[in-house]
Amino acid sequence: MTTFLAILPESILLLLAVLLLCIDPFLKKQQSQRAFLGWYTGGGLLLAAILTAIFARPADPVLVFGSMLRYDWLGYIFKLVVLVAAGITAFFFMESETVQSRGESYVLLLASSIGMCLMVTSADLIVLYLAIETTSIPLYVLAGFLKADDRSNEAGFKYLLYGALTSAVLLYGFSLIYGFSGTTSIYQMTGFFASVNLAVLGIAFLVLAGLAFKIALFPFHFWAPDVYEGAPTPVAGFLSTASKVAGFAVLLRLLTAAFPAISQDWSLILAILATLTMTVGNLIALTQKSVKRLLAYSSIAHAGYVLIGVVAFTRLGVISVIYYLMAYVLTNLTAFGILAIVGRVTGSDEIGAYNGLSRRNPGLALAALAAFLSLAGMPPFAGFVAKVFVFTAAIEAGWVWLAVVGVLNSIFGLYYYLNVLKAIYLYRMENQDEDQHPVPVSRPLAVLVGILAGGMILFGVVLAPWFSMAGNAASALLTSF
Amino acid sequence: MHFPFLSVIVFTPLAAGLLILLYRPDQKKAIRYTALAAGLLALALSAWVYFAYDKSAGGYQFLEKYTWMEQLGISLYFGVDGMSVPLVLLTGVVMVTGVMISWGIEDRPREFFAFLFILASGVFGVFASLDLFMLFFFYEIAVFPMYLLIAIWGWIKTREYAAMKLTLYLFVGSVISLIGALAMYWQTGLRTFDMLAISQAQQAGAFDGMVRIFGASVPFQVFWFLPVFMGFAILGGIFPFHNWSPDGHVAAPTAVSMFHAGVLMKLGAFAALRVGIMLLPEGAKFWSPLVMGLALVNIVYGAFIASVQTDFKYVIGFSSVSHMGLVTMGFATLTPDGLLGAGMQMFSHGVMTALFFAAVGMVYDRAHTRDIPSLGGMIKPLPLVGLGVIVGSLVSMGMPGFSGFIAEFPIFRGIWATPRWWMAILAAISIVVTASYVLLVVRKVFFGKMPAELEGHIHPINTLDKIALILLMLLMIGIGVFPSLMVPWIDSGVRQILSLLGGV
Repeated sequence: MTTFLAILPESILLLLAVLLLCIDPFLKKQQSQRAFLGWYTGGGLLLAAILTAIFARPADPVLVFGSMLRYDWLGYIFKLVVLVAAGITAFFFMESETVQSRGESYVLLLASSIGMCLMVTSADLIVLYLAIETTSIPLYVLAGFLKADDRSNEAGFKYLLYGALTSAVLLYGFSLIYGFSGTTSIYQMTGFFASVNLAVLGIAFLVLAGLAFKIALFPFHFWAPDVYEGAPTPVAGFLSTASKVAGFAVLLRLLTAAFPAISQDWSLILAILATLTMTVGNLIALTQKSVKRLLAYSSIAHAGYVLIGVVAFTRLGVISVIYYLMAYVLTNLTAFGILAIVGRVTGSDEIGAYNGLSRRNPGLALAALAAFLSLAGMPPFAGFVAKVFVFTAAIEAGWVWLAVVGVLNSIFGLYYYLNVLKAIYLYRMENQDEDQHPVPVSRPLAVLVGILAGGMILFGVVLAPWFSMAGNAASALLTSF
Repeated sequence: MHFPFLSVIVFTPLAAGLLILLYRPDQKKAIRYTALAAGLLALALSAWVYFAYDKSAGGYQFLEKYTWMEQLGISLYFGVDGMSVPLVLLTGVVMVTGVMISWGIEDRPREFFAFLFILASGVFGVFASLDLFMLFFFYEIAVFPMYLLIAIWGWIKTREYAAMKLTLYLFVGSVISLIGALAMYWQTGLRTFDMLAISQAQQAGAFDGMVRIFGASVPFQVFWFLPVFMGFAILGGIFPFHNWSPDGHVAAPTAVSMFHAGVLMKLGAFAALRVGIMLLPEGAKFWSPLVMGLALVNIVYGAFIASVQTDFKYVIGFSSVSHMGLVTMGFATLTPDGLLGAGMQMFSHGVMTALFFAAVGMVYDRAHTRDIPSLGGMIKPLPLVGLGVIVGSLVSMGMPGFSGFIAEFPIFRGIWATPRWWMAILAAISIVVTASYVLLVVRKVFFGKMPAELEGHIHPINTLDKIALILLMLLMIGIGVFPSLMVPWIDSGVRQILSLLGGV
C-alpha cells in the first residue's frame, strides 16, 4: 500500500495524460471544445494535488521500489507544490491561442510534471537522471511551442542545447559517483564521501553545475532570460517555478544524503554563488525594458535568496528554503499569469504596454500590485515572511554578511518592481483613452487570479501551518538512515 | 478580559480600506463617508485608550497577546506605554483631519482612501506593537502605500522622483534595522520576538557579549546599536539621511503630507527609541555623542535651509527636518528632561505640521502656486487658514502658551544636563532662525497686498476644512495651556526608559 501511495500523484497524472490523448482527436477546433482540455488538465492536476494531500501523507521516511524512491515529507511537500503549479499553469495555457489549440501542450505539461514528481522523491541516481530527462524533454518542446514565432523556436533550441550539455555534465558526475562508491543509491553512498578530497570536490562540482543549470544559478543562468522571453508566457511561468523547485529538492537531498561531509566546506562556495546570483540577477533586471525579461532576471535573483537558506543548512535553513519556494511559486505564477493576460490583449511584454492598466482593469492592477510587492518582499504578502525566514536562518548560522548582502539586494528588487507598478498605476496610455481599451479577463481566470492573490496574503499572514509542514519536510530530510 | 481596544484600533482602518476597495469606483460619496466613519471610530477609540491609560501605574497597558506563530515565537502582541499612547491619539487625529481635507479628491478616490487607510493601519500597528517581528511587519505596511499615494496623487513635477527616493531610503533603513533585530533575536537564545522578554534578557546580561568583526572584538550592543538606531532614524529624518523628507513632503498630496510629516516621521523616531535605545541601552550610551551631533546638525542646518526656501511647502518640509532633529536630540541626551521633551515634541510637531500642510494645501488649491513672493493678502479671503498658520508658527518657534514650548524647553534643559551642554547654545540658534522664517512666511503669504491675478479666485474653505483646522489648533493651544493633559502620560513612559538605562 505504501508503495502505491508513494507514486499516487504520478499514477494519476499518467492516467490523465493517456486519457487526454484518447479524447483529443475527438474534439473539434472550436474555442469551447478546446477550453475543455484546459479545464480537464487543470482540474485533474488540482484534484491530484488534493488526493495526494489527503491520502498520500507519509509517516516516517521509507525507501520504496528497491530503494529507488524515498517516500517522505520532503517529497510530499514538493510534489504538492509541483502539482499546484502545473494545475495553475494549465489554466493559464488557455490565455495563449496557439498553446491552447493543440492538445499536445497539455500532455507535455503532464509528462513534465510526472518527471518533477519523480525528481523530488528519487533516492537513486539512475531514477534521478531519468526523472530529470522526463522533466526536461517536454519542457524543451513546450518552450518552442509557438512554431511560427522565431523567438520561440530560438528559445526551444537554446534550451535544448544548454540542457543537453548540462545533462551530460550531470551524468558524468553521476558516473564518477558510481565509480567511487560502487552504488547508485543516494542513501547508501554516505560513507564513501565522508572525507573531503580533491576527487569528491570535483564530483560535487560536476553535480552542482548540472543542478545549477536547472535552478539557473550564476554562472549557469545565461539560457534563462532568452528562453523565458521566447517561450509562451505560461510556459515561462512554469519553467521559472516548478522546474526550479524540483531542482532545489534534488540539491537539498544530494547535499544531505550524498555529501554530508563537504557541506561545511561547500557552504562558502554556495554563499559566493548566492551572492553573485542575487547581485547579477538584480543588476541586470534593473536595465530591462520587457517585463518578461525582467521577471526572468528577477527569478534568477530569487534563486539566490533561496540559496541563502541552503547555505545556512540548519533545520531552520531548510525550512526557510521550503517556505520561500512555496511563496515564490505562488507569487511568480501569478505574475506570469498576469503577464499572459496582458500580453494577449496588448500583444506586447514591454513595460510601456502596462501603462494605464489600473484604469483599464483595476482588479487586475491590484493583483499585479500584490504579486510584485510579494516578489519585492513587502508585507502582508508571502514574499516578506519568506525573506525574513531566510535571513533569520542565515543569521542563526552566523552568515551575517550574507544576510546583509541579501537585504541590500532586495532594495534593487524593490526598485525595478516599482518601475512596473509605476507604469500600471501612474502612467497613462498615449491618448489617455483607457476607457476605450479595457483589458477583459474571463470570469474563471479572474477568480483564479483572485484566489492566487488571496493565497499570497494567506502565506504571508497565517504562518504557522505552512511553517510546520516545511518543518516536517526538513525533519524528513535531515533524518539519515 | 477587557475589550480588545488596540487590535480594534489597528485593524479598523485596514478593514475600512478593504471595504472601500469593494465599492464601485463611481460611488464616491459612499467611499468618503465610509472613510470618515472609520476615521472617527479610530479616533474615538484612541481617545478612549488615551484617557483610560493609568498614568500613575505606568508601564505597558491594554495588553493583548495572541499566538501568531509558535515555532519562532512570533505573537500578535499589543500594548501601549506612556510614550506611545499620545502617538496613537495623534494618528487618530491626523487620520480624521486627513480624510476631511481630502474630501474633494476626484481622481480615483477609492484607491486613494484604501491606500491611505492601509497606511494608517500600519502606523497604528507599529505604535501598539510589543513584538519585534510584528513591528517590522506593520512598519513596512506603513511605508509602502506612501509610494503609491505620492506617485499617483502627488505634485506632478516631482512626484515620481520623490516617491521613489522616499521608498528606497526608508526601505534601506528598515532592512538594515531588521538585520540588527534578528541578531538580537538569536543573541537572547529565547526564540521569541516578544520585546518585553528581549528587554528582560538584556537586563539579565544577554547582550553583554562581544562581536568579532574583522578581527576586532566589539561589544554586542555597541556594534548593533548603530545599524538598528540609524535604520529607523532615517524615517525620523536624521542627518545625513534627511534628504528624502522635504522632497517627499512637497510632492505628496495634502492629506499624505499631513500623514507623512505628522505621523510617519514619528514612526521612525519612535521605533528608533523602542528598538534602538530601549533594547540596546549600553549601545545608546556609547553612541549618544554621535547621535547628538547629528541631531544638532539637523536642528540648525534644517532651520537655515528652511529660511532660504521660496516654496511654501519646502519651508515646512525643512522645518520638519529641524524639528525632528529636536526629537532625536531629546532621545540622545538620555536624560529625563530630554526624553520628556522629545515625547512632547513628537505629538506637538505632529499636530503642528499636519496643520501647516493642511493650510498650505488649502492655499495652493486656490492660488495654484506655492511660490511665496507671488502670494499675499490671503488673510482676508481665508481668515481661519491664516489664524491656523499663525498658531502653527507660534508653536514652531516654541512660544510659551503653545505646545511647542512644553516640548522644546525640556529638550534644551536635557541637553544642558549632559557633558555636551554647549550644544544647547548652538541648538538655540535654530529658535531665532525659525522665528524669523515663519514670521516672514506669515507676513508675505497672509498679509500685504494680494497680487492682482489672484483677486477673486480665492474662494472660502468649506465646513469640513474648518472643523479640521479648529481641531488641530485647539489641540496645540490646549496642551500649551494645560500641559497636564499630556506630560504625566509621557512622564510615565520616560520613567520606564530610564529604569532600562540604569537611572542615568
